[in-house]
Amino acid sequence: MKHMLSSALVAGFAAGLLCALLQFLLVQPEIVLAERYEAGELVHFQGLASPEERAAAMAQAMPDMDMTAEGSEHHHDEGSEGGAHRQALTVLFAVLTYCGYGLVLLAAMNLAEQVGIKLGLSQGILWGLAGFLAFQMMPALGLQPDLPGTPSADLTARQIWWAATAAATGVGLWFAAYGQGLWQRAAGLVVLVAPHLWGAPELASFGGIVPPELASSFAARSLAVGMVTWAVLGGLIVTLWHSDPAP
Amino acid sequence: MNLIQTSARSSVLAQTLFVALVGLTLVFAAGFAQSQGLHDAAHDMRHSTGFPCH
Repeated sequence: MKHMLSSALVAGFAAGLLCALLQFLLVQPEIVLAERYEAGELVHFQGLASPEERAAAMAQAMPDMDMTAEGSEHHHDEGSEGGAHRQALTVLFAVLTYCGYGLVLLAAMNLAEQVGIKLGLSQGILWGLAGFLAFQMMPALGLQPDLPGTPSADLTARQIWWAATAAATGVGLWFAAYGQGLWQRAAGLVVLVAPHLWGAPELASFGGIVPPELASSFAARSLAVGMVTWAVLGGLIVTLWHSDPAP
Repeated sequence: MNLIQTSARSSVLAQTLFVALVGLTLVFAAGFAQSQGLHDAAHDMRHSTGFPCH
């Protein structure tokens, strides 16, 4: 038990640091740039509408959206006043998130070993990639990673769909990979696909205020960072888990 | 003998469940909880890991 917790937490800590490093190199500059569009400091298609006109149009179109004062202004204060503070929080939450992922992943691996599935380093990496599919890639098919300032559907509905998709992907992958007989494997694939047939909550129209090039680059990069970090997490966990516990 | 195996197995199961729950709690706190402080602190990480943020 102790060995299990420590393996997952050490691996999660290391993966979280790697994630934060990659994020600062690839992703963070794009978030900060997007916030300048969100704040109206930069305007995409300058001349078509003033920031005020655009904000008014957006406010009218989406009264529930959390883009007005209290939702976003706080970040800009933080961004300008305390860059180091903000980055430290990102490191902290990267570590926390990947420790959480690591614990879930190792619990699933332990379950697999209990039923006689052997996991070596390459399986560990594959399991890490499966975790990436469950927690990032498949939810992103319906709810793409968003830059600040991107309007989107009701938060609770998105969170429910996200969680359901992550769970369905995990369970579906398990049965697709380890199910007995064709039926179980096929059922696994059905479970995997089900949330996407149901469909993610989405708005009826597009209203993003950051340039599409920036948004697509952000989505590609954040998925890439996730993929690399998850693969490292999976490999590290198996290695630590199978090493002798410290005396 | 059987009884011992069964109880050993169920304790492994309980431990695994516990580890999974701790992990999920961490993930949900970092990614989902909507208190303003937690949201602001986790903001950039939430965006880049694709959690629904705001």
